[in-house]
Amino acid sequence: MEASTYNYKVVRQFAITTIIWGIVGMLVGVYIASQLIWPQLSFNIPWLTYGRLRPLHTNAVIFAFGGSGLFAASYYIVQRTCQVRLYAQKLASFTFWGWQAVIVAAVITLPMGLTTTKEYAELEWPIDILITLVWVAYAIVFFGTIAKRKTKYIYVSNWFFGAYIITIALLHIVNNLEIPVTLFKSYSIYAGVQDAMVQWWYGHNAVGFFLTTAFLGMMYYFIPKQANRPIFSYRLSIVHFWSLNFIYMWAGPHHLQYTVLPDWVQSLGMVFSLMLLAPSWGGMMNGIMTLSGAWDKLRTDPILKFLVTSLAFYGMSTFEGPMMAIKTVNALSHYTEWTIGHVHSGALGWVAMITIGSMYYLIPRLFGREEMYSVKLITTHFWVATLGVVLYIAAMWIAGVTQGLMWRASNPDGTLTYAFAQVLNAMYPFYFIRLIGGLMFFSGMLIMAYNVWKTVSAGKVVEAEIPQAVYA
Amino acid sequence: MMDSTLIGTVVTVVFFIIFIGIFIWAWSDRRKQDFDAAANLPFEEEAKPKHSAYPR
Repeated sequence: MEASTYNYKVVRQFAITTIIWGIVGMLVGVYIASQLIWPQLSFNIPWLTYGRLRPLHTNAVIFAFGGSGLFAASYYIVQRTCQVRLYAQKLASFTFWGWQAVIVAAVITLPMGLTTTKEYAELEWPIDILITLVWVAYAIVFFGTIAKRKTKYIYVSNWFFGAYIITIALLHIVNNLEIPVTLFKSYSIYAGVQDAMVQWWYGHNAVGFFLTTAFLGMMYYFIPKQANRPIFSYRLSIVHFWSLNFIYMWAGPHHLQYTVLPDWVQSLGMVFSLMLLAPSWGGMMNGIMTLSGAWDKLRTDPILKFLVTSLAFYGMSTFEGPMMAIKTVNALSHYTEWTIGHVHSGALGWVAMITIGSMYYLIPRLFGREEMYSVKLITTHFWVATLGVVLYIAAMWIAGVTQGLMWRASNPDGTLTYAFAQVLNAMYPFYFIRLIGGLMFFSGMLIMAYNVWKTVSAGKVVEAEIPQAVYA
Repeated sequence: MMDSTLIGTVVTVVFFIIFIGIFIWAWSDRRKQDFDAAANLPFEEEAKPKHSAYPR
């Protein structure tokens, strides 16, 4: 007997953990941002030092918050656009508990100082193996659902999610090839410049396929749904998809400009990064133009505000990124706070906001309600979050350019004009503004948690019917 | 050395041609109806589709 309802349980689980891990990850971010102003906040406890908590912050916001959001959205979208229940229910449930186990393991091991030292791939080998198992299960559930779909076409969001699932499997396995020596210590099989190259091939494609492609899958479903009109141009979405796939893979070397990486590889990374501007902006316009004829909705609908503002930040950071990949700009920007500003314009402005908007769309539907407990609180959240991001990135831009200029300034006799401590001293006001911005974004998440709590406690668990009069 | 350069060149050219092919395919008029139908998939879930302006 064919299942008559969608599997909303696993979607609900991931939707709730998205909010919980968002709060945890951003709290750690606020804490380490405070440590940059008041270093004594680590209280001389090794577990609370910046070096150990920073990877916890990045892992928590990217893989725990972002990852949970992506599991929730992809499981919801693939079911509803294929009009079938998820394939392999038990495996789907394993992806939830397995992913949570990975996160808990990260929360324990990273503050203990157990790390491979590879940025965004810090987790040690036993956890890497668990990630691989969860990811393979995810692929089986996702592609299995697509294989048994009742619709003729595969909706564009699913193409984006599919590319993300395959690519992340490839990146994770290749970058984490390592030789274990003890239960918690391993050595990468790569060394020297090859290690750097593989690491940033991984690192940049984690940005490209985890933080971009996958969240675009969210965008291509939730913006049309919330605006109640189909995507502006479906053919543009196809070209957007394939050009991102063809180009992104080669952009990684821009993280290694002016290093010992061969010159031609550096230039290649720069050129491919510049090319990325075209598909990124094409995709952004596609999402924004979906609202043409319905712009008035932006005034009243805070969920749409979140979704469309996220696209504006996507456009901003995908303009800034290629610019920073230009070698001469990179000479100024690299290793400065500008990079931190750029990352957060993408991470808070694009990734977090599209996720928050999508969760506000999803949660009432998963708990049998028409809308969130308070639409007004969504509006409040939107403004607090937006102002927070703007403060954050503006402070980091100014800090970064200042830092870059002070570092490179030299006296006529060739000595450096400023000592490192003098540059650091110039950073304090900006670190403070950044902290305020981060606190605002974090408090927005608390408002969201309250709103979700009220929505969930007044709602009831539902399993939506699969439409029977199928369209083929 | 020569071999890896040649492979790199061939792969780049082949990928470029494939991409141009995808572009032409996506913009061909014949695909229009299929794409309209696919674009409406998110709206096919209610009993009465809200956007049925395309030919079935």
